[in-house]
Amino acid sequence: MSLSLEARTQAVRAALDQVTDPELDESVVELGFITGIDIAETGAVDIRFRLPTYWCAANFSYLMAADMRDAVRALPWVASVAVTLDEHMFIDAINDGIAQDKDFGDAFPTEAGNDLASIRLQFGLKAMERRQEALLRHLLAAGHDPVAFLSLDIAGLEALPLDAAGAALRRRYLERRGLAGGLPRALVTSAGEPIMHETLPVYLRHISRVGLNAEFNGALCRGLLAVRYATPAALPAEPDLADFMRQGIVQTARP
Amino acid sequence: MYKAKDGSEIFIIDGHVHLWDASPENIRNIHGKQFIDCFYGYHASLSPPEQLWTAEKFAKYGAEQMVKDLFIDGPDDMAIFQPTYLKDFYKNGFNTLEQNAILSKRYPNRFILNGAFDPRDGEGGLEALEAQAETYKLRGVKLYTAEWKGDSRGYKLSDPAAYKYLEKCEKLGIKNIHVHKGPTIIPLDRDAFDVADIDHCATDFPNLNFIVEHCGLPRLDDFCWIATQESNVYGGLAVVLPFIHSRPGYFAKVISELLFWIGEDKILFGSDYGIWTPQWLVEKFMNFDLPDEVMKETGKELTMTAKRKILGENAARIYGVDIASQRAKLDRMEQVAA
Repeated sequence: MSLSLEARTQAVRAALDQVTDPELDESVVELGFITGIDIAETGAVDIRFRLPTYWCAANFSYLMAADMRDAVRALPWVASVAVTLDEHMFIDAINDGIAQDKDFGDAFPTEAGNDLASIRLQFGLKAMERRQEALLRHLLAAGHDPVAFLSLDIAGLEALPLDAAGAALRRRYLERRGLAGGLPRALVTSAGEPIMHETLPVYLRHISRVGLNAEFNGALCRGLLAVRYATPAALPAEPDLADFMRQGIVQTARP
Repeated sequence: MYKAKDGSEIFIIDGHVHLWDASPENIRNIHGKQFIDCFYGYHASLSPPEQLWTAEKFAKYGAEQMVKDLFIDGPDDMAIFQPTYLKDFYKNGFNTLEQNAILSKRYPNRFILNGAFDPRDGEGGLEALEAQAETYKLRGVKLYTAEWKGDSRGYKLSDPAAYKYLEKCEKLGIKNIHVHKGPTIIPLDRDAFDVADIDHCATDFPNLNFIVEHCGLPRLDDFCWIATQESNVYGGLAVVLPFIHSRPGYFAKVISELLFWIGEDKILFGSDYGIWTPQWLVEKFMNFDLPDEVMKETGKELTMTAKRKILGENAARIYGVDIASQRAKLDRMEQVAA
């Protein structure tokens, strides 16, 4: 083994950290879903994970399992990957399908809407909107002129001087920007269309409802996972959008 | 009855209650066990610590405890029973209309009994619905469009088969169609979150009311849009309201969006008892004020009038309950009991 076991474990953890729950747009590691990583001398990696309920949607569960497998398989020293889900209604279909590299449609032939790519895009765009809302609110609070920043292209947005928090929000947003396609502008709607500065407040309220949905799910999932496995609720390592928005409310409304 | 700080009395109709049996004796299989465990997860993660029950009590709390929690210790004047059959998971069912009817008979004037149907049951189901409606004088039903049945992964309320049932409801005087559009609690796929079918039904059945339970969360954005377009679409607060304790800032945002989009006349209180008890929910709701920042964003206030409507007057209107005469009936019963 050219890399130490510790270095390999770290590499696997870092790869898994890039995998998100599509609905919550948060890392499966931070959510507390990963329960075990075993790495053999041969380069065989064994990953075990759990979900907040026995009923968590099969398509999302499958998507996460497949993403974990693919992320870890991309590491150069990995010979094989096994991903195993614990205690789930479809434990066999999911674990067997992932082990045999099946498409979701083959693993769940009777499932309605078994096209994972469209689900991935749909929720990817919602994630883009959440990340964009956080960035837009940050830019406005920092006194940037909407007429100017809404017309920037990606290079222009990247060149905008921002503090550390703003730079992190920008990086997170740009990770998802490509999904919307469309204009060369950096800040666009989920359909790739321009955001007009005259209607920015209305647009912000519109996309904030996407965040409300996600926060509902995120809070429920964390709470359910904590109760199910009698562990303290996992907290995100860095403030997520929901925290950002909550702080906004608390700071301005409760002096 | 809830007595507000200013001394006024508020009539409470709890729009969403259950009496279930998930005791080990009634559990049929692993799914039944996991189902009640999931419900307990909701209870334990969103209740204030002093309101926590043990898992044993939660599995089967019994009729007496329910009456105590709703009407004696709790502020409810009336409650609407929403059945959840789940006979594949529980030997005698989880929470059936027949079981609810026994309690309703013992405590007259307290409960409104809702039924259930599944359009995939075809002609036989239509006859069963007719019989149910006659026996129990149904004014409402609770539906789970995302429930699995054999190979089916749910249905849409806009399907032709469902329309036959809705037409039957109209004929039978079942005016209130409660539809579960909320978090994943039974085997369902992502279409479960989709509220678009309600849009079609609400247009095509203007004489029926469609109450979207849990406000379509986690699809609040779509739900608000539909409910704004259709005057007969309502939002049920079950599962949404408990956030008032653990995440009041979040609850403020959601309720103000609902006030803005669907308005105070179309939001219904529901505790989802036994997941949560109405006493603390109503207490916190009555004492809740929207933060200025949230009010500024939507321009909506959560006034005493709005609270009164949400807690009882809206449900009274769609279920044909005359609050003054109902109050008088309940007062007389109490005097007899005393």
